[in-house]
Amino acid sequence: MTEIELWIAALLSLTVLSAAVLVLLVKNHIAAVAAASVVSLGLALLFVLMRAPDVAMTEAAIGAGLSSLILALALRRLGLWQIDGVKSRQNLIKAINGVERDA
Amino acid sequence: MTPTIDLELILYITALGLISIGLAGVVLSQHLFRMVLALVIAEAGANLMLVLAGYRWDAVAPILTSLGEHPQMVDPVPQAMVLTAIVIGVGIQALAVSILIRIRQRFGTLDRHEVAAHMDAEIAQIAGTSRDMSQESPLGERPLPPLPGTPAASREGRS
Repeated sequence: MTEIELWIAALLSLTVLSAAVLVLLVKNHIAAVAAASVVSLGLALLFVLMRAPDVAMTEAAIGAGLSSLILALALRRLGLWQIDGVKSRQNLIKAINGVERDA
Repeated sequence: MTPTIDLELILYITALGLISIGLAGVVLSQHLFRMVLALVIAEAGANLMLVLAGYRWDAVAPILTSLGEHPQMVDPVPQAMVLTAIVIGVGIQALAVSILIRIRQRFGTLDRHEVAAHMDAEIAQIAGTSRDMSQESPLGERPLPPLPGTPAASREGRS
């Protein structure tokens, strides 16, 4: 156990915990599914640090891959597949145009 | 400074944080799909906790390379359990999602209170009684007489 592994574990823990909070707080459902996938992926890296490579393989393949696939397909079926509206994109375009006009 | 205690502390904090965030999401969320996501997070925290039970800092991964010498290994039994638990978790998730699809087909909404109200109405309709939504007018006989202090008019008005 070296110092660098400690720092990697601390960083991964912070990522996983903040992604888990984000799952409950973010409004868009696609973003929530993506945050759950991030939780699973960070957990897989933590399993590698804990000397469990088989669990890490399974978690990365099933937890991050298959599970988010199931959730995304369920989002389509449930009618919640909405990319954050035309409105925010228009706001973004307006902001970019404003920046260009200012420059 | 001993780094081992610190690493285990970090991992325990992560596991407990994931479990508590997931349970809080299951209890507090209004939308049923968000509830399924919170369940997934709680399950991931439980998996991390189980692997952490067999972890030792001075060991190698449990892979037998040479038959001669046996270095200290991490306990492989919790890892096998967690391997099973991950797959079962995906099965539970698929089941929950299919139940959500049925609920949406039947009631047209996924909000928790609306679905509960629809289900109450349906059960009451099948049972042939009025909906029992109030503490003041429960189904069947009132087991105890009403308290003398409370005015009867307000109870009548509310029910």
